[in-house]
Amino acid sequence: MSFVVNGNAVPGPADPRVSLLDHLRETLHLTGTKKGCNQGACGACTVLVDGERILSCLALAVQYDGREITTIEGLAETAALHPLQAAFIEHDGFQCGYCTPGQICSAIGMAAEARRGVPSHVSADLAADVILTRDEIQERMSGNLCRCGAHNGIIDAIQATMAPAPTAETSAELAA
Amino acid sequence: MSIIDTAKQAAQGLMQGAIEKLVPLAPDSWIPGGRPDPLIAHKHGLIGTPVSRRDGALKVKGEAGFAAEFRFDDMAYAALAYATIPRGRITAIDSAAADAAPGVVLVMTHLNAPRMNTPGVFGSSPTAVGPADLPILQDDRIHWNGQPIACVLAETQEQADHAASLLGFTYDAEPSTTSLEGAKANGREPGLFMGQPLHNRIGDADAALATAPHVVDQVYRTPRHNHNPIEPHAATIAWIDGALVIHDASQMVTAQAQTIGEIFDLEPDKVRLTSPYVGGGFGCKGLWDHQIIGAAAAKLAGRPVRITLSREGVYRVVGGRSLTEQRVAIGATAEGRFDALVHTGLSIMTPHNNMPEPFILGTRAAYACPNISLQVDIARMNMLANTFMRAPGEAVGTFALECAVDELAVDLGIDPVELRILNEPDKDPTSGLAFSSRHIVEAWRNGADHFGWADRSVEPATRRDGEWQIGMGCATGTYPYYRMPGAQARITLTRDGDAVRALIEVAAAEMGMGTSTTTAIVGAERLGLSLDQVEVGYGDSSIPGAIMAGGSQQTAAIGAAVIAAHNALVAELLKLAGNDSPLAGLSADTVGSEDAGLAKIDDPTQRESYASILTRAQRDSVTVTAAAAQPLELMHWSMHSHSAIFCEVRVNAVTGETRVSRILGSFDCGRILNPKTAKSQFRGGIIMGLGMALMEETQFDERNGRIMNPSLAEYHIPVHLDVPEIDVIWTDIADPHTPMGAHGIGEIGITGVAAAVANAVYNATGKRVRDLPITLDKLL
Repeated sequence: MSFVVNGNAVPGPADPRVSLLDHLRETLHLTGTKKGCNQGACGACTVLVDGERILSCLALAVQYDGREITTIEGLAETAALHPLQAAFIEHDGFQCGYCTPGQICSAIGMAAEARRGVPSHVSADLAADVILTRDEIQERMSGNLCRCGAHNGIIDAIQATMAPAPTAETSAELAA
Repeated sequence: MSIIDTAKQAAQGLMQGAIEKLVPLAPDSWIPGGRPDPLIAHKHGLIGTPVSRRDGALKVKGEAGFAAEFRFDDMAYAALAYATIPRGRITAIDSAAADAAPGVVLVMTHLNAPRMNTPGVFGSSPTAVGPADLPILQDDRIHWNGQPIACVLAETQEQADHAASLLGFTYDAEPSTTSLEGAKANGREPGLFMGQPLHNRIGDADAALATAPHVVDQVYRTPRHNHNPIEPHAATIAWIDGALVIHDASQMVTAQAQTIGEIFDLEPDKVRLTSPYVGGGFGCKGLWDHQIIGAAAAKLAGRPVRITLSREGVYRVVGGRSLTEQRVAIGATAEGRFDALVHTGLSIMTPHNNMPEPFILGTRAAYACPNISLQVDIARMNMLANTFMRAPGEAVGTFALECAVDELAVDLGIDPVELRILNEPDKDPTSGLAFSSRHIVEAWRNGADHFGWADRSVEPATRRDGEWQIGMGCATGTYPYYRMPGAQARITLTRDGDAVRALIEVAAAEMGMGTSTTTAIVGAERLGLSLDQVEVGYGDSSIPGAIMAGGSQQTAAIGAAVIAAHNALVAELLKLAGNDSPLAGLSADTVGSEDAGLAKIDDPTQRESYASILTRAQRDSVTVTAAAAQPLELMHWSMHSHSAIFCEVRVNAVTGETRVSRILGSFDCGRILNPKTAKSQFRGGIIMGLGMALMEETQFDERNGRIMNPSLAEYHIPVHLDVPEIDVIWTDIADPHTPMGAHGIGEIGITGVAAAVANAVYNATGKRVRDLPITLDKLL
């Protein structure tokens, strides 16, 4: 079996017990994806599979035959930073940096869920289009723990990148 | 803890006491900080401008290498097995299945582990940072439920974990104490913290309390807490040519290397410990059993080892904050002036460590009062050694004290902000020392103004929005200014043509506080260079000196060491400058750095650039190392940081759920060096305080001493939806007696927060919760 990680075809694990997280970290040496609890409680291991966020510690690597996986190392299309990575620096959305790759991958998956209209616990109308208010972002990111207490900066960075405040231009478009 | 150790501690305390009697009497100018740091007068330089973290790009790209991400060739993976009884002996070990399991390299127990010295328990010597005075895998004894009793090495983590699960142990259990009542019944002892008694008595508080017209007298309880950094403890370890190399996650790189050297009988230069990135610490990233077991297993197997604790393993091996029971009694006059202040109580520790949770520390300098009685007693329990957790003492002590002040304000009918300001002391009420810098009234006024405190409903349980009851509360936070001895800095100035660069190296740790960035800011300002000309080295025991990221002292310790190294650099450059320099004949104390060179302080036109000095001396670089002055300032002034915390809560009248809707911290912490990272530090502390107030508790099974919620699923910490936008403001008034005029700010944020929340909950509901955390069952 093989799957694609950050655009490269890579081999699957030799041992079927290996989680996707351990395969990434220990075999492929992609250590940007972090292990915080190894039981799906902290979100530090979040990666994107075909654009959807998953907890790689709860996923067996063998389940992902043929799937396309994106990790923190593969987010930026060039050597430059992904806009959300840059926003995390600008808004000081981290301190120790350990939960950061999971927060960033999770936020990208979260924004895609919102675009697909997936409601959350705080959505007032389950059928309406999702507007990523601060509350919506906070609720949808609550599976990613941070202990240093960078929560405000993380939400600021996500809001600035994924749900920017209306500019004069976009407001005019909306009005029209 | 043996009697000898206790006596040694008491002797150290006496010596300390003698110095403390002399230092307060010395003239200010003899004391470090007696003359203000010249950088305090630099008003428009780099200091105080917001700077993004220098390691930011590495961290957001996942390229910062943490302890479990180093690799050695032929490395084996470790898994631990943990005892399931609180006290007794191992009578038999069945390791046949584990030995035969696929991939297993080694099963190590006390029967085959290499002989090692017992670590020195933290504080028993200047270099000792061991978790307890217990031998590790050297005998059959069990001292706590969860103690590591075996280590399996295998080719992969999966193989090691599986093999460890196959180990069987037979125990002979012995009587143990695992309940609070049992520990109390065994007897109390007076607590000693860093060799000093946790006891103060001024006047006669009991007599004053008996006659005071207004009295509050209550007991407050705080549970065990765990630090829960998101990075679990890990170390990657190799023995290379008889030397031990450990890539660790450490808040105390040098001291840890020294203690490990003592355990394995190694000369100090035969242990190298690096810790370039630490994934959160809060007091727990120190030396615990796992690094020692990992090094022993690597030695026995003859292979490098990666040892990573599982999340449950962190709870079994790494201690947390201990529980407290605190009595606070305040007697006041009709006008609200304190006449009696009693803060006494109990904390729990083990027979083998010495860390009474020192909850009276913040009370010592809090309020003017002629009659004060403070005392921490301890009782002992068979459990994992407890340790420092963010603001040890003050985090839980301010909960009790500041709730009691709020209760007194209600009784007196005085606004709680005004009551605090009314009792503001003009000197330290227990030591009698002058304050180095105290602008707490300004912090209160600014905070009340920003928060809109005037809108508070004085009568509790009177504001409501549907089923939500709304209330406001406030509390004072406090944390001392510390600076520990032992810090050194090495500065290397390098010339490449006309360009110069500086490398500043300190044996410090970066856990996300922003230390590497702040050190570069301060270093550039001090050396008269731009930020991009300065590089900072840290997190490596091969750098001279020892600096601990603890006690919020790292910034001050680095600051003082860099002052000393800069003085040495100026002297060295003047020597190199020689007789042909415009600076010829000047003494080092009349010369300072500016604009990439040296200049006469009172006539900056008399100057020469670093590049020019080095070129004429035909040197490409110059390196100096110097040690910081002894921290005598701590005995000459009463030195503290302060905060005023304001909070608004919404408590659901149906479910009892509490949500914090607004919170503001108004800080008085000297001069702020980097507002961007400082704000994050303050907010981080406040958020941990919200957790302490509303949800955090390490649940301990009193029947058998086992922690019952060893996971991030069952130990609740604040998540994104629990954290409102946190407002942070500061006085930014420099402390004239500290390097840069700054104070450390890593711990003050958590202090006062739990009290502010509890006081707001009272204002919202009329219910006093004196037993943390404030869970919904306590409000129904």
